[in-house]
Amino acid sequence: MQNSWRFLIIHLTLLLALLLNVMPLPSAVKLFRPDWPLLVLCYWVLALPNRASIGTAFVLGFLVDVMVGTVLGVNAFGYSLICFIVASNHLKIRNFSVLQQSLLVGLLLALYHLVVFWFSHFLTGVYFRAAYLWPVVTGMIVWPYLFWFLRRTRRQFKIQ
Amino acid sequence: MKPLLDRGPSLPLRLFFALLASIGLITLDHYTNSSVQLRSYLTATVSPLFYLANLPQDMVFGASEQFMSQQKLLEENRTLKNTLLLQNGQLQRFQFLQQENDKLRALLGASPVTEGKRLIAEVLAVYSHPFSHQIVLNKGSRDGVIVGQPLLDDLGVLGQVVSVGPTSSRALLIADNTHAMSARVERTGQSVVAEGIGQSDSLRLIHLPHSTDITEGDRLLTSGLDGVFPEGYPVAKVVRVHRDARQPFLQVTAEPYAKLDRIRYALLVWPHRGISSADPQIVEELKQAEQGQD
Repeated sequence: MQNSWRFLIIHLTLLLALLLNVMPLPSAVKLFRPDWPLLVLCYWVLALPNRASIGTAFVLGFLVDVMVGTVLGVNAFGYSLICFIVASNHLKIRNFSVLQQSLLVGLLLALYHLVVFWFSHFLTGVYFRAAYLWPVVTGMIVWPYLFWFLRRTRRQFKIQ
Repeated sequence: MKPLLDRGPSLPLRLFFALLASIGLITLDHYTNSSVQLRSYLTATVSPLFYLANLPQDMVFGASEQFMSQQKLLEENRTLKNTLLLQNGQLQRFQFLQQENDKLRALLGASPVTEGKRLIAEVLAVYSHPFSHQIVLNKGSRDGVIVGQPLLDDLGVLGQVVSVGPTSSRALLIADNTHAMSARVERTGQSVVAEGIGQSDSLRLIHLPHSTDITEGDRLLTSGLDGVFPEGYPVAKVVRVHRDARQPFLQVTAEPYAKLDRIRYALLVWPHRGISSADPQIVEELKQAEQGQD
């Protein structure tokens, strides 16, 4: 009972991230919105790969698809792929310093955005603009703080 | 606590299934029509999340209204009264013109233009991601919203509803990449197709021959030909006409009148359905023509 309650904290943080992802923002800063769900997911996969894995990533990506209004499955694809990369290297990534981690997160975010762009390009014919990649930069900046916050949460609630 | 070793299928296998499922979903959503119904259910399911995500903004707006000074409120009240007076004045003239128009249409034997029901909806979420320009509205099937319903604001056309839940609905904006609509140049009456290109401040007019009479500053109005948008609402202003003889068509860019990136409220319009309200004789002739084709 106690454990399943703790397990809920993971879902709660993911839900919060989803809300942040669709929260109305002024149009000037909207382009810079980091991919909160993906970042939070990356943390949980890194910290507890037996708790959050590709299944979680798929469902989360699907929810993002539904809320954001992209073609269903595009974000699910991207999330599953990034989750796989993190999960299969979690032991290595854990040993990196936060700065190195944030660089790596930047790479993963860039890959995610390119995957989503490729799908969107083939399905609906959008054209590439460099401004699409702003969330990569903001994601990298946000990562150390998010990491610190989520680690504190994890230790506070002793989620294992 | 389950031991670490008991982990179910291996990671690559899970990835394989996840990617397979994603591609299945993409195919289902993009290449079949069943997804409209599915999307409506999904919109209904996640709509509480949108209400939740909107709470902070509501609170900020509420607070700012609470602390607004009386001076400011009085000033706002005065300007609103002034605009109301001005617009009422124009409306009197408009009613007269409409009567005249109806009479003229009756003389010509054309179907009268009817004003449908209207409803103001609040925007719960604006998603102006480069890949999808959509908004979520706080009105749904309980308020009579239907798929394909046009959406306006005070300046011009916004878009159309694409999926409906009981208390919320999702609308595609005219700037979205997948959206195209029929419009008419006000000055010449030339029909054009205005296509979104994924930027909230520009539309592209496609398939216009080089000889088309169109210049910068031309107003585009809805033509009513697409059967979605009622006729005569402002859509966009032509901002750039590029004549390049090497290209097969003119390259024309237009800027939507509606401020698509800062929508707070939208007006839902119930259109009179073009043909169903038209002359019964025409409907009969159309039906016969269709049967003749079969």
